[in-house]
Amino acid sequence: MIDDTDRALIVATQGGLPLVPRPYHALAEQLALSADEVMHRLKTMLETGIIRRIGAVPNHYAIGWTANGMTVWDVADKQVDELGARIGALDFVTHCYRRPRALPAWPYNLFAMVHGASRDECSAKATEIRSLLGDACRQSDILYSTKILKKSGLRIGS
Amino acid sequence: MRELSIPQGDFMLGAVDRKILAKLQGDFPICERPYAEAAGQIGISEDELLQRLQQLLADKVLTRFGPMFQIEEMGGAFVLAALVAPEERYDEVTALVNELPEVAHNYRREHALNMWFVLATETKDGIAEAIARIERDTGLAVYAFPKEREFFVEMKLEAR
Repeated sequence: MIDDTDRALIVATQGGLPLVPRPYHALAEQLALSADEVMHRLKTMLETGIIRRIGAVPNHYAIGWTANGMTVWDVADKQVDELGARIGALDFVTHCYRRPRALPAWPYNLFAMVHGASRDECSAKATEIRSLLGDACRQSDILYSTKILKKSGLRIGS
Repeated sequence: MRELSIPQGDFMLGAVDRKILAKLQGDFPICERPYAEAAGQIGISEDELLQRLQQLLADKVLTRFGPMFQIEEMGGAFVLAALVAPEERYDEVTALVNELPEVAHNYRREHALNMWFVLATETKDGIAEAIARIERDTGLAVYAFPKEREFFVEMKLEAR
């Protein structure tokens, strides 16, 4: 869990790191901490997984991944965990989750994101997933994104 | 979540920017002069890296540069949700949904469920509150798809 100082550090960095030569010192000054404490806390949050990573968050469209397909699968409950692990291990799948169905509107319980420079590339990847799932898959769909409506990432209040 | 490689091809990024993207999607150093250290690995000066990052952000090639947080690890929740927005109300519904700071991402997708967004809240109860507010503001039903299990292998792909 996090304390108030960690929380202040999250609020100060969730929009991005300062683009100055000594960004952790700049944060320290802003938060009235020492730079060593800022760096130590960030390292600890990285170790505990509160920070997944530090770096550039690209806009997929802008770097050429113009086709983004959320592939969704209705997989037999008994097999979904075993098959989900195999789908998640495919190198072209960027996220893979088991989620609840919302019947009758939504019969799918396995979600896997695929990206490509074209829809053909995405659908070829979906075909590979389909063959791994075999008879355990009853139906499927690909939902392509056509517009990013918002991508701010986490924003907790100060 | 796995990193994407940067496709070769016909778009505006030059060789140096591609290298920045390939090298800096994670593992940004925590030290006194992290940009200088990262720039050294890329083979450019600290000044050039700072300027290029500024430009990549201004051009929206990057949506952000900094830490990516896992809200579940701090007691919060992160939930995928969707709704059916009537075409004639699409822009209005987008504005109402995006207005909530809890909405971290929102994508238009081709399906009857045509708006898919991720809610990130500091407490587990925050999800239900945000969904209730969206349903009240828009008059539309929100479908929540919380993850029951995550399957992934953490690895980074090289530029292809």
